Amino acid sequence: MTVSSTNHVWRKAKSLAMNGLCVGCAVLVILPLGLILFYLIQKGASSLNWDFFSGVPKSPGTVGGGMGNAIVGTLELLALASFVGVPVGVLGGVYLAEYGGERLNNWIRFWADVLNGVPSIVWGMVAYALVVLPMKHFSAWAGGLALGFIMIPLVLRTTEEVLVLVPRSYREAALALGLPQWKTIVRIVLPTALRGIITGILLAMGRVAGETAPLLFTAFGNSNWNRHLAEPIAALPLQIFNYAISPYDDWNRQAWAGALVLVAMTFCLSLGVRFFSGGRFQKNT
Amino acid sequence: MERIIVIDMDLDALKQKLLTMASHAETAVNEALRALLERDYELALRVKENDRVIDQLEVEIDDLAIHLLARAPLASDLRLVTVAMKISQNLERVGDEATKIAKRARDLSQEPPVKVVIDLPRMAKLALDLLKGALDAFVNRDPIAARAVIPRDKEVDGLNKQVTEQLAQHMMENPDTIKRCLNLITISRSLERIADHATNVAEEVVYLYEAQDIRHTGKTGKAGL
Amino acid sequence: MNLTMTPEETKAVPGAPAEKSPPAPQRFENKPAPAPATPASRPVAALAVKNLSVFFGKHQVLKNVSINIEARAVTAIIGPSGCGKSTFLRSLNRMHELVATARMEGDIRLFDQDIYGKDVEPVIVRRRVGMVFQKSNPFPTMTIGENVTVGLRLNGVRNRAVLAEQTEKSLRMAALWDEVKDRLNAPAVSLSGGQQQRLCIARALAVQPEVLLMDEPASALDPLATSKIEDLIRELRKDYTIVIVTHNMQQAARASDHTAFFYLGELVEFGPTSQIFTNPKQKRTEDYVTGRFG
Repeated sequence: MTVSSTNHVWRKAKSLAMNGLCVGCAVLVILPLGLILFYLIQKGASSLNWDFFSGVPKSPGTVGGGMGNAIVGTLELLALASFVGVPVGVLGGVYLAEYGGERLNNWIRFWADVLNGVPSIVWGMVAYALVVLPMKHFSAWAGGLALGFIMIPLVLRTTEEVLVLVPRSYREAALALGLPQWKTIVRIVLPTALRGIITGILLAMGRVAGETAPLLFTAFGNSNWNRHLAEPIAALPLQIFNYAISPYDDWNRQAWAGALVLVAMTFCLSLGVRFFSGGRFQKNT
Repeated sequence: MERIIVIDMDLDALKQKLLTMASHAETAVNEALRALLERDYELALRVKENDRVIDQLEVEIDDLAIHLLARAPLASDLRLVTVAMKISQNLERVGDEATKIAKRARDLSQEPPVKVVIDLPRMAKLALDLLKGALDAFVNRDPIAARAVIPRDKEVDGLNKQVTEQLAQHMMENPDTIKRCLNLITISRSLERIADHATNVAEEVVYLYEAQDIRHTGKTGKAGL
Repeated sequence: MNLTMTPEETKAVPGAPAEKSPPAPQRFENKPAPAPATPASRPVAALAVKNLSVFFGKHQVLKNVSINIEARAVTAIIGPSGCGKSTFLRSLNRMHELVATARMEGDIRLFDQDIYGKDVEPVIVRRRVGMVFQKSNPFPTMTIGENVTVGLRLNGVRNRAVLAEQTEKSLRMAALWDEVKDRLNAPAVSLSGGQQQRLCIARALAVQPEVLLMDEPASALDPLATSKIEDLIRELRKDYTIVIVTHNMQQAARASDHTAFFYLGELVEFGPTSQIFTNPKQKRTEDYVTGRFG
């Protein structure tokens, strides 16, 4: 069966068409992202000034003010969430990877995956019931707890996956030296998997940084600096929400700026992920 | 599986060469003795010629053995290779001794026979029997038969001594037979050496099939099982 | 079939002179003071294995194995894949217990102390019976020096002088000191395959075990590195009892004093290496050793 030239032309045309289709789809994905970024920058960059980062919301109509408290608030909430999410998630991941029986572990994984899919507002309600109601007011504690709940299954699964990737031979070598299992995990396995675990934590933080719904009735938002973790606290997504739906131009512009800042934060976290995971991939021969 | 077949082929080739060499060596001794007893000049010459074949086989066997050793054989394969090298060396010497006998036979055939009663024929038969016995034991994988060969070497040694003394006596009494008697003494010594080599072969056969080294022990020992 | 084969010259000595006390009061971690190495004395059994059977779930991997491993000698374990030799090796330092369904029956004594006793922790056993694996596995987050001393440091040894001394000693014993003495702070993974394996040997030696188990230590290495490891084994034999599992029969013939042939979970034959490889007593051994099967 000879390869005729028309056959060849036809195949080349097909190949070109498929290539074109793939490129087109890639463009279809990147284009909106580019457009969003561009739009954000266009709309929000003008409002970025020192006041924006250092000030607090002023009453509508007054020019000026900023989202300083919201930015700091988001950072505080992330820290609180990490205090809850990281230990539970990492230790849980360690348990799944290193201990536990087959059946129990399967159960835990299953439920972790289920919880991963729970809408974040539900976590807000749980935190509401656990913290807000007894304290009788909104607080940073509640917000942090809600976000922490979201982080837990994420960190748990990524930690477990990364630990499982550590070759068995390291554990065996450590045990063969006469080290007890816990020491093997803490001093040998965890350090080897550290980059991956940090990656997982950063990814989880990136996810919760932008959560708005659970904060609606836990952190609640604050038009001023938060002085005490038991007080309500502002957060970027909340602030953006409030400003965006308001009728005031100034506030709307600041909402755009806030969105831009939020995207920038997520961008930085992704850079961090890249940094930590890039090294890890190179090391794993 | 490929590797097993190849090494088996080479081991078989080694065995075959050894058997061929054995048969040539036996024939050489046989014909040398016939040339002596029948005073056959032509036969004597042929024996000398055929020794080349035996020498060539020794070279080939050693070569093949070295190649096999490079493949690190173990257990019975290892014993076969090392024993093959030793047996071939002994057989080559047997060939040389046969050639010596043939040369002496050639010279003797040119002169009138000596009138002396010596048991050379019996000695020849014994030596030939020992050689045959050792080689048959190798072919038939029979270490017991090999062990049976070894003590009989003493008989040949004894006969050699006896013949040598008788010939020495005769030489002193009949100086004109000196040259011929010396030839006969040489032949007797060659036969004694052939028997020694046959004994060596028998010892190697015992080592091959029983993994027992009975050299220089001076006794056959019990068949180790 | 008589499976309790021992090399003729080995008899289990009833106990190191005077230091041995009756089973109950002696705690496992106290090593009996090693009997001085006098070549003239009868060889001591470092590890006495009696009727060992190992099961993974319902599957029986080792069947009633009895063997005496001589002290300060190299014992090679050979056999086709799946014959249980790795499992046997791991049962000597209780590493087979890492598999959840593992179960053992029988008796294993290290210098006359039961390593499977009721109060004996595997961790303690493993400090006295070290192990080197097939694929070298230096810890990637540590430097060369840190790898060597990890066993000591993580067991509480802090004294820098002691650690430095032990580092040099172990690396010298592993024939690696000259090659790495100037770069002890380099990452362990920067070494070549053969060097990494010697590093793992040094790491195992640093905790001063009495027995060193080696699971095909040279199978992943090129011939030059392999011969270095074999030389090393011959050197180490003066001070350590070594048990080495190997696929490579020439290696077993070169490096060991005694050889045990396992097949389908049974110990088929055990004897001096020279005898196993020139004149094995069992036909199965002969067939395996000449490559007729396996």
